[in-house]
Amino acid sequence: MTGNSRISRDEVARIAALARITLGDDELTHLAGQIDGILDAVAVVQEAASANVPPMSHPIEVNNVARPDVIVASLTPEDALSGAPASEDSRFRVPQILGEEA
Amino acid sequence: MSDLIKKSAAELASLIAKKEVSSREVTQAHLDQIDRVDRAINAFLYIDGEGALAQADSADKAREGSSPSPLNGVPLALKDVLTQKGIPTTCGSKILEGWRPPYDSTVVSKLKAAGVVILGKTNMDEFAMGSSTENSAYGPTRNPWDVERIPGGSGGGSAAALAAFEAPLAIGTDTGGSIRQPAAVTGTVGVKPTYGGVSRYGLVAFSSSLDQAGPCARTVLDTALLHQVIAGHDPKDATSINATVPDVVSAAKSADVKGMKIGVVKELSGEGYEKGVAERFAESLAILESLGAEIVELSCPNFKYALGAYYLIAPSEASSNLARFDAMRYGLRVGDDGTRSAEEVMSMTREAGFGSEVKRRIILGTYALSAGYYDAFYGSAQKVRTLITQDFSQAYQKVDVLVSPTTPTVAFKIGEKSDDPIAMYLNDVATIPVNLAGVASMSLPSGLSEGLPVGFQIIAPAMKDDRLYRVGGALERELHTKWNGPLTNQAPELVI
Repeated sequence: MTGNSRISRDEVARIAALARITLGDDELTHLAGQIDGILDAVAVVQEAASANVPPMSHPIEVNNVARPDVIVASLTPEDALSGAPASEDSRFRVPQILGEEA
Repeated sequence: MSDLIKKSAAELASLIAKKEVSSREVTQAHLDQIDRVDRAINAFLYIDGEGALAQADSADKAREGSSPSPLNGVPLALKDVLTQKGIPTTCGSKILEGWRPPYDSTVVSKLKAAGVVILGKTNMDEFAMGSSTENSAYGPTRNPWDVERIPGGSGGGSAAALAAFEAPLAIGTDTGGSIRQPAAVTGTVGVKPTYGGVSRYGLVAFSSSLDQAGPCARTVLDTALLHQVIAGHDPKDATSINATVPDVVSAAKSADVKGMKIGVVKELSGEGYEKGVAERFAESLAILESLGAEIVELSCPNFKYALGAYYLIAPSEASSNLARFDAMRYGLRVGDDGTRSAEEVMSMTREAGFGSEVKRRIILGTYALSAGYYDAFYGSAQKVRTLITQDFSQAYQKVDVLVSPTTPTVAFKIGEKSDDPIAMYLNDVATIPVNLAGVASMSLPSGLSEGLPVGFQIIAPAMKDDRLYRVGGALERELHTKWNGPLTNQAPELVI
């Protein structure tokens, strides 16, 4: 980690693992430098963000929307599975989720 | 080359309605043009020739019925981020290669109901992240004005298709400028409607609080006609606004700016804006003033923080939205050899399926949302969003619309900025504040600088989209008189 960087290569590796993206060594080094530069540029927001400004998550007022409880047509199991990498017995077939010890 | 491809959508619709030409002939003319030029432009990722001709035949039959829609039978190019049932939808990504969605987006349902003929899907920066269409996994789209240059992004395919006369209408999506910036650098018209004005159902999400689909064309009236077709409340989108769509078509036709107050945003000019861009902007202002508008200069002091806020909020939302590409339910799956866990397969698939800009933004967003950094980055960006929205509200107390150049520069060379994310992000400096506040905005051509198109941006308050068309229509009428037609007619002949 160089003197003034905001984010280290190790930290980028940890974040990439959290985001479930495998990164090769070269890619990690390249990305870490770029992300450090971007964080430097976007940190300008901290100048403006004083405690008395309310945060805004959405440009319009968002209310919970519910529709009448009426059954309407939806995807058939065949349609829902049509793009699946693998399926079996009308279900998505996925790699093992639990380890051997489970 | 058929004369039909140079006509506006409004002209084509009228010829089709009067049976002077069939939708099949119009559609075939555009398919022929795609066949002729798209190997040089790469605007399309998928061409549905057979489907388009079948839709054209239905449109021709619809003429027998009572009052067909105003765009009945007119062809359109659809950005590959909106689902069309049974038609490959990739979002410019390898991770969705070969995926055929089992449903229509609401935009597509509305287009079909209006008899609009969908020619195919257009190229884009992967998951709409970019300003040049160089981030597509399927190769860059080229600008018909100069094939060595970018057509803008992320909707470069839709804009280039219009400028190369491959389609008279197109759909784009705009998260930080992805409709307006491509429109600006290709000499076409693009509108980002008010957030919530057009349904996001079936629009593959990048940044849900910013994404908005909108109309693209070569004239303001055509853009309005398409806007009218795709806008309106949709119960399938919880953020869809349940209110009457502003009458954008009448506004485009009236095109009257007499007495309107037009605000020039001081912060969206000066350093970084090319001389030719500033000159075309000043000329357009003078035209609007001569038509009876009052020009007022004003300041939006927090706009200088917009780029920073955007490049935290958009990646943060993207990191969450793109978690759905997990190799389980659709799209690519890599490394599933029976020994690897779901988590390993997920990580290998995302490594192989996402391009570098998408990875960059997912990691940036994951970081900005992570414990310990949330308040400093994502939290601060949300506060800036409030301040920018307040700047707009204050400005709209004084003026009816705001204006600026759409982009600081004309189209740059392919490859020039492709590995410099910060330089690339600066393309969006004038368009981004609009998305953060959810207001409506248009880019239309204001002329050329050194032979390349320059865009003029108009920004209206939320649900006052009609004002974009009044101002844009008025400016366009004067400029078309001067140019003897749309700017795209001046594009150099493509050498194939």
